[in-house]
Amino acid sequence: MSFRIVVLAKQVPDTRNVGKDAMKEDGTVNRAALPAIFNPEDLNALEMALEIKDRLEDVIVSVITMGPSRAAEIIRDSIYRGADNGIVVSDRKVAGSDTLATSYTISQAIKKLGNVDLVLCGRQAIDGDTAQVGPQVAEKLNMPQITYAEEVVAVNETAIQIKRRLERGIEVVESKFPCLITVHGSANPCRFPHAKRVMKYKYAISASEAAEIGIDTAKLWQQKPYLKIEEWNAADIQAEDSRLGLTGSPTKVKKIENVVLTAKESVKLSASDEDLDGLIKELITAHIIG
Amino acid sequence: MNNIFVYCEITEEKTVADVSMELLSKARKLADELKVKVEAMVVGQVDEKPLQELFAYGVDCINYADDTRLFPYQTLPHFAIVTKLIKEKQPQIVLFGATSVGRDLAPRVASYLRCGLTADCTSLEIGDHEDKKAGVVYRNLLYQIRPAFGGNIIATIINPETKPQMATVREGVMKKELYNTEYKGEINKLNVANYVSDNDFCIQILEREIEQQKINIKGAQIIVCGGYGMASVKDGFKLIYQLAEVLGGEVGATRAAVDAGLAEHERQVGQTGVTVRPKLYIACGVSGAVQHRAGMAESSKIISINTDIAAPINAISDYTITGDAGEILPKLIAHYKSNTK
Repeated sequence: MSFRIVVLAKQVPDTRNVGKDAMKEDGTVNRAALPAIFNPEDLNALEMALEIKDRLEDVIVSVITMGPSRAAEIIRDSIYRGADNGIVVSDRKVAGSDTLATSYTISQAIKKLGNVDLVLCGRQAIDGDTAQVGPQVAEKLNMPQITYAEEVVAVNETAIQIKRRLERGIEVVESKFPCLITVHGSANPCRFPHAKRVMKYKYAISASEAAEIGIDTAKLWQQKPYLKIEEWNAADIQAEDSRLGLTGSPTKVKKIENVVLTAKESVKLSASDEDLDGLIKELITAHIIG
Repeated sequence: MNNIFVYCEITEEKTVADVSMELLSKARKLADELKVKVEAMVVGQVDEKPLQELFAYGVDCINYADDTRLFPYQTLPHFAIVTKLIKEKQPQIVLFGATSVGRDLAPRVASYLRCGLTADCTSLEIGDHEDKKAGVVYRNLLYQIRPAFGGNIIATIINPETKPQMATVREGVMKKELYNTEYKGEINKLNVANYVSDNDFCIQILEREIEQQKINIKGAQIIVCGGYGMASVKDGFKLIYQLAEVLGGEVGATRAAVDAGLAEHERQVGQTGVTVRPKLYIACGVSGAVQHRAGMAESSKIISINTDIAAPINAISDYTITGDAGEILPKLIAHYKSNTK
């Protein structure tokens, strides 16, 4: 039986490049103004999966993402880079999920896939930085977890040795499969898309993407089944509605405040020698420096 | 019952980590407001003295799992003890440090208990919540306050329906304050065998290299901080280091500067870095996103050096110098030297 790796990936707004139009007049986030990207540490996780695929025989790497239909973009990107296939978990019912509802949804998808030996995901996503979904999926699947992985030290069909990056050092640990590993940004960067794979898979599409642009995929998928990107909804993964989306999320946002700066009375100085010399003298007199 | 719990982290030196004492100080204030008790969870061996010292932070009960197998930290045994203890004692609030240990443990605990968890809170308060649609008023909830979404907003998160309410907080965000040096509580020694099974030790630690903390900007009285704006200044961070050196201060950096490789992660100031309260903070080429300000706004004096007169950092600065840091920093160094001769 094949060795099955699942990589969890998220399409995120690029919060590292927040421009001036990132907020709307009413103070809500203008998602349309932010480019959607492959969450950076999930790419490190994909690379780790592909490295393990290189080292063991008969490995299947599947990527699971939860999000709207356009999240299929990162599935295609993953396949270009070497993943075997991918699944978009998409349903209106999952909108507004916090980390608990998200981890439930994703764990149900992993259970549907079945016989998973290893789950890999990025340590955290840049749109929330919570680092919660990995450990929570591990708990839901009753798997041991190894967080902050930087390097695969050794791996065979039954166990893996991982170097972990901690705040002040490293740790090498060994776990038997199945287990879940969250990958740190200091791990190897992901390999680039492979030209041959891009040629082969560039028309890979999900059912809702096909519906949006109004093309009939029946014949295409019959001839080339590898061009179908699977899409699962809440019913497909046998999820209980009460545990999904806003309903299934114990954390509620009580209040959102725009950041209003209460301006201090600040002394305005120029770069002139006179101003800077005066500043230094003031700080010395006040015993702040000296 | 329904007390406030703090998961206490153990250091390499068998003491309790600073972040845990900061959380105990905060927990004491929240507990006084709610008129409940503070309980510590200490999992792993600690020396007697640091254990006794915890009481002075206002701890009423230390739940102590004393077993050599519990250090170094491993997820599953600590998870087993913490979740069982929470089920037995039903705390209303549980706090963890947002450290590599806390961020590994807390989400797994929250998942198991199916309760909410807010990461990297910058403030915790007690307050009510009215759900007008359902016509229900919830009293005395924990307001978990944190910047969100690129730092453009501050969100107040609550968990009205589920208990315990859980949050993680970064080191340095809360102040470590002794409550009463005479304060006495009890030690509840746990029978570890009742809490963990051999299966919980299924992950083997093969190797460990933990370094002494080399850089610690938390206690520095003067911090010269470089932002991403310094990337475009010739020898930008070199100048930052020079100014810090002559002033006898430390170098800090923004997340963008750290991500760009201009400074080590240990120097990162802000919500996902270190929170500092120096007497002088000089921000060079720092725009002042809210996550950054969360980590330095309580500095006694703030000087901002920026080419952009509209940079948000200027609004919280005592002095703003408009101009090129590449020109201003050498001048400041020169004027400092001539004035202190």
